[in-house]
Amino acid sequence: MASEDGEKVEHGLNEVPEKKPKKKDWVLLSLRVIAFLATASATIVMALNKQTKSFVVATVGSTPITATLAAKFNQTPAFVFFVIANGNASLHNLVMITMDVFGSQYDYKGLRLALIAILDMMAMALASAGDGAAAFMSELGKNGNSHARWDKICDKFETYCNRSGAALIASFVGFILLLIISVMSIIKLLKPNRINHNASP
Amino acid sequence: MSQSTIFLVINSTIKFKAVSSMTKTKRLLTLFLRFLAIGATIAAVIVMVTSHDSSEVFNLTFTAKYSNQQAFKYFVIAEAIACAYSLILLFTSPQNSLWRLVMILDVVIAMLLSSSVSAALAIAHVGKKGNTHAGWLPICGQVPKFCDHVTGALIAGFAAAIIYFLLIFSSLYSAQSSLFPLN
Repeated sequence: MASEDGEKVEHGLNEVPEKKPKKKDWVLLSLRVIAFLATASATIVMALNKQTKSFVVATVGSTPITATLAAKFNQTPAFVFFVIANGNASLHNLVMITMDVFGSQYDYKGLRLALIAILDMMAMALASAGDGAAAFMSELGKNGNSHARWDKICDKFETYCNRSGAALIASFVGFILLLIISVMSIIKLLKPNRINHNASP
Repeated sequence: MSQSTIFLVINSTIKFKAVSSMTKTKRLLTLFLRFLAIGATIAAVIVMVTSHDSSEVFNLTFTAKYSNQQAFKYFVIAEAIACAYSLILLFTSPQNSLWRLVMILDVVIAMLLSSSVSAALAIAHVGKKGNTHAGWLPICGQVPKFCDHVTGALIAGFAAAIIYFLLIFSSLYSAQSSLFPLN
């Protein structure tokens, strides 16, 4: 209330302050909830992605020597970055949801919408980078690379590959939703009738 | 009452004149950043496309080209799309009614660039350091020229992504201050 009056006095144009009741943007809020669920599930599925398998490496006489190999997400830096980026995106969505639900009257010097738009874009940049890296790394694991003599690993660790594929799909859904949210935030930031003023240049 | 309205009108016209020269500077800044982005993306594309090296290991020729890896092909395609987009914007310079569409497309292209740089970086990291758990050996020891070229292309791509983000911020800033000239 005080900041609204301060804004109008600063612009010095309004004689009668029109106070529109602040409508809650349900579309944006529901999109944020879905994006939060998508990115959080991607983080959790990838972070708990582990598969151990024992291979018969050699046979000495009649006893086979087995070696157990484990495939974990933290063996690949791309997947580690994927988990970090999606964790950051889901945390960002959670913070935005709570700010929207509980703190919709705080406006830090009129910079609230700008801050939301910029933070949305930063979270989206990290999420896009994580998605791209993990997508191509898992494609490398699935198909291998004959030119560089890199064997594919998905035929041995099928569950690992399937789970990381599911995490990737959830992360892509979250990223597209985050893109839509960010575009909506930018459009909300640049709406011309954001401040009530009568005279237009 | 009329005195205050006259004062307000004069005040607003003076500020409008001052601001229109300021918006020109901001528009010039955006144009300059777009030019830089074109340069960076073209450099990234060219350096990546001209990267190839071959070496002989145990009578087997080991050729490394950028088109052997999917991530590098994606990198080249994404940078080419960004370069074409910037060129089209620079030469047509659309009307003011389309600036929202331009801003949205800027955001989309910036995300494309950042994901392509990240993907190429992930594959190049495997090429440089290998991955002992998956049994993948590093290849940079055999084809050092290829690795250097790819590093150069990645640096140019990273610079292009940063420039695109600066572009988004600068066009946001100029669009916001042109909407509220009495700020």
